[in-house]
Amino acid sequence: MSLKDKLNELHERGLAEIKKSGDLKDVNQVRVSLLGKKGPITEVLRGMRDLDAEERPKVGAFANEIRDDLTAALAKRREELENAVLNAKLANEAIDVTLPGTPVAKGEPHVIQQIIDQIEDLFLGMGYQVLSGPEVEEDKYNFEMMNLPKNHPARDMQDTFYITKEILMRTQTSPMQARTLETHDFSKGPLKMISPGVVYRRDTDDPTHSHQFHQVEGLVIDKHITMADLKGTLQVLAHELFGDKFDVRLRPSYFPFTEPSVEADITCFNCGGKGCKVCKNTGWIEVLGAGMVHPNVLKMAGVDADVYGGFAFGVGPDRFAMLKYGVDDIRNFYLNDVRFLNQFTKKG
Amino acid sequence: MKISYNWIKEYLDLNVKPADLAEKIERTSVEVDDVVKPSDGLKKLVVGHVLSIEAHPDSDHLHICQVDVGEDAPLQIVCGAPNIAEGQMVIVALPGSRIADNVKIKKSKMRGVPSAGMICSLQEIGFPEAVVPKEYADGIYVLPADAKPGDEVYDYLGMNDSLIDLDVTPNRGDMLSLYGTLHDLSAIYDLPVKFDQPAVKEAGEPIADQLSIHVDESLAPQYKMRLVKQVKLAPSPMWLQIRLWNAGYRPINNVVDITNYIMLKYGQPLHAFDYDKFAGEDVYVRNAKAGEKLTTLDEGEHDLDVNDIVIADDKAPIALAGVMGGLDTAIADGTTTVAIEAAVFEHDHIRKAAQRHNLHTDASQRFERGVNRTGLQDALDAAAQMMDELAGGTVQTGTVVAADNVPAPAVIDITMSRVNAVLGTDLNQAKVTHILETLGCDVTADGEKLTVTVPVRRNDIHIPADLLEEIARIYGYDELPATLPTGRMTMGELTTSQKLMRATRHSLEGLGLNQAISYALTTEDKAKMFLMQPSEVTKLAWPMSVDHAVLRMNVITGLLDDIAYNSARKVKDVALYEQGRVFYREDGTERPSEQEHIAGAITGTLLPTAWDAPAQPVDFYQVKGIVAAYLKDMAVNGDVTYVANTDMPEMHPGRTADILVHGHRIGFMGQIHPTIAKKFKIGATYVFELNLQAIIDMPKQENQYDVISRYPAITRDVAMLVDNDVTNDQIVELIEKRGGAFLQSVKLFDVYDGVKVPKGKKSLAYTLTFQDKHETLVDDVVTQAFEKVEKRLQDDLGAEIR
Ligand SMILES: [Zn+2]
Repeated sequence: MSLKDKLNELHERGLAEIKKSGDLKDVNQVRVSLLGKKGPITEVLRGMRDLDAEERPKVGAFANEIRDDLTAALAKRREELENAVLNAKLANEAIDVTLPGTPVAKGEPHVIQQIIDQIEDLFLGMGYQVLSGPEVEEDKYNFEMMNLPKNHPARDMQDTFYITKEILMRTQTSPMQARTLETHDFSKGPLKMISPGVVYRRDTDDPTHSHQFHQVEGLVIDKHITMADLKGTLQVLAHELFGDKFDVRLRPSYFPFTEPSVEADITCFNCGGKGCKVCKNTGWIEVLGAGMVHPNVLKMAGVDADVYGGFAFGVGPDRFAMLKYGVDDIRNFYLNDVRFLNQFTKKG
Repeated sequence: MKISYNWIKEYLDLNVKPADLAEKIERTSVEVDDVVKPSDGLKKLVVGHVLSIEAHPDSDHLHICQVDVGEDAPLQIVCGAPNIAEGQMVIVALPGSRIADNVKIKKSKMRGVPSAGMICSLQEIGFPEAVVPKEYADGIYVLPADAKPGDEVYDYLGMNDSLIDLDVTPNRGDMLSLYGTLHDLSAIYDLPVKFDQPAVKEAGEPIADQLSIHVDESLAPQYKMRLVKQVKLAPSPMWLQIRLWNAGYRPINNVVDITNYIMLKYGQPLHAFDYDKFAGEDVYVRNAKAGEKLTTLDEGEHDLDVNDIVIADDKAPIALAGVMGGLDTAIADGTTTVAIEAAVFEHDHIRKAAQRHNLHTDASQRFERGVNRTGLQDALDAAAQMMDELAGGTVQTGTVVAADNVPAPAVIDITMSRVNAVLGTDLNQAKVTHILETLGCDVTADGEKLTVTVPVRRNDIHIPADLLEEIARIYGYDELPATLPTGRMTMGELTTSQKLMRATRHSLEGLGLNQAISYALTTEDKAKMFLMQPSEVTKLAWPMSVDHAVLRMNVITGLLDDIAYNSARKVKDVALYEQGRVFYREDGTERPSEQEHIAGAITGTLLPTAWDAPAQPVDFYQVKGIVAAYLKDMAVNGDVTYVANTDMPEMHPGRTADILVHGHRIGFMGQIHPTIAKKFKIGATYVFELNLQAIIDMPKQENQYDVISRYPAITRDVAMLVDNDVTNDQIVELIEKRGGAFLQSVKLFDVYDGVKVPKGKKSLAYTLTFQDKHETLVDDVVTQAFEKVEKRLQDDLGAEIR
């Protein structure tokens, strides 16, 4: 048998042994037995000295080739076995991924707050300031400066929690109109503000009435503000809060502090405008009151009503939340049942 | 105000369906509550002629009737009504019919006798009790004799009309009448009104010889009377009764019905007196005198107030002016001479009188809002003429005009540029002029300036803005363009304090608390709890309930109410915060000051119980962790310290701490006192409340970059035994003071006071971290510093180093 044949035989036998090796220890033994100093390849190489000078390099090269191939095969086998061990270990570590995740403590803003924030952000983006006024108001700001003198019949429309004859829990956020108009410096720019806050009415709490609720007042006064601007602004508000599909329409109404006065309706949520029980078959739902600021309100606050004018609106976040989410009882907002609060967690 | 569609159509050539008309009114004029056609939902109700009746053999009140309903054979119907009689024309609900409330009528047997249907009362076919004529209130209704058996009953009773219920705003008193409504519709549809004013046929003596009226014109700027003699009281004709009951009024007799009808038609309240019951021939309109009494038509007895306006004769008040007439001079059986009053009373007096005597009548409502000051005579004439026609009366010659101060019409200048500038429109002068003219205004133009004379009946129009509303609504709000304000730009930005309040909410939400919004009105007891500063309570003058009668002076009790609400519903793990105002009042002042507070309350466990982690009940250190993390988020500039407070009555004396910044108390936290927990019916609850305004006002640290050392840190642990009354703060303070220049941090990692330490002692262990920013620390330096600390702990605090 020539050396070359011997090497070929060694090669085949080696590959077979490597293939047979079952664990890393086997692989190591095969390596030592094949490629070790006392191994058969070393022995074959030792026999080369008997060869012709011409043959020697060829056989030498061939032997190296085989040794490299075996070394590579060993490395590959080792890797295979190592992977198998790791895989077996990982397989052992498998868990039930359907078990619940570890709870994290996480709180949510109140649903009314979410709506107020949304309104604030919208109007901040349009250059409005956000102002907050006192919850305990003077009759003067809550009524008189809103063009509701002491004997005005519309005062019967508003049941008020009085503290003393002149001090009361504000029934609306409108007194902030008077307060801001009094102090605003029109030489520095137009007045554009919203005023969110809590208001109080002398009502018995039931599913549709609450003695405490929220309002956001809006007011824009400048030299060239139009009723069309009011309509456009209310449209933007409806689109922001409810979605682009919602339309706004205005109807005549009466508020002592605006003239003209309007109610704004939006497309009915329930039927999309086709008409249903919720909207009394009109396809529309009343959502807010608005109008062009009454000249008396401007005059009483010391603003020149011949030069300046504008619009005001008042929206009810409670009512918006009830409509938007189908909340059927306004008291839910003030009882703070955790199961209720946690229903409004969507961000963005 | 319910207005009849058919009635409107008598005067206006309208070609719209009732529902569309209602929609148009709502979009252009006033709100519409609903549109009702009384016959809707009813079926197979026909006229029946009672041919014969016989007593039911087994009943003492039922009758067996044979009724002709226009078919070949009469129907046998058993009827229990006391007023059933042979020959009557009645309302028959045939077998298979539907009456009010969707009730179905079938053939049946009554006490063994077959009955094919039912003879109905007005109530049974949907009439409100309040409008059914008294004589038919307790029995069946009897139709006019000329009704034809078998005909549907609806047209006989006016039930095919559509009734539009207007919710008239306080400014639109003119819409409380057919007349005013017609004029608004005339503008809306641009159609002429065909309103007929009858001429009065005067026949009797001059009225001036029979009646003198003395009026205080400050109380009644207008006051007129007519006199009609020889009237014969009788039921009104059917058409008039229908008008009344469809508008919500009960027909009474021709004279009273005429006054109500004229009020509905003209908007002018009228009162009919029985002239013969006057004491004398003089009538006075004056303030009531102290001690005077009056029994009104509804038999209510009233002690009159000196601010009430009364109509009086020589002896006593005979009417509460503008509100309700007196019983003694009322139209009643035997009345033959009627004095009809048409007047205008000062609205403020009327409003107060209606409130004072709790008598809100249709008359008082109209006087409060203002009636048509130019329409009194027409209304009075129309009423007198009707009493002639319908009651056979003789209208005496003339009218007593005791006062007739008709206000001048409002004359308003407005420019076209103003109209378009305010509405955002591009209307031309012809269009605007036309709109105003259809509303009854007189318009003269001078260039682009319009001078508008407003009809007196529109007492809500005084200033240019009022005209703008008229133009806008008649032009149509749908026609307005939608734009956004232009002009000088403004910045929209939250203020520093608004930003901090938002940051506060975000911080606490991030720390696991849900935002609550509780009631700010509470009980006096709760208002006074958890007080952070002395304050008087502020009470509502007229609360609706004791639960909401006093302004809160703390936020915590609201949160405890919330926890109680949850707890009662088996929700035991609650973590809430609330940002809101408390109301502090100083003695001697009326108005409280408002202070922003932030409070939190946690009970049960902060993290829900999980399969892989045991529930950890809330404790002091959790609430402290929340407060500390929140204050860190707010970056208050100054040392935050926590000092035990054993004195708050609502708090656990051993588990409460004041929260101080720079030595100023800004709030407190801890466990609520078990007796308070019991009062609220809740479990162990930890709370905090902070003066948010104080936090807003405090200086803040700005974020700033500090180089992170590249050199390794060295840590040393120290464990020690100290007396129980030595606090963590004392130890940390001492270590920080004595730890040398390279001490970076001191961290407590163990507290033990169990069985392995001697009584009265506790074991504490800290990790001290040393680091130099500029070079690697040498062990010796650290050892030196550490030993110094150990020695000080031993010397100063009596610590036993372990
Ligand atoms: Zn709908």
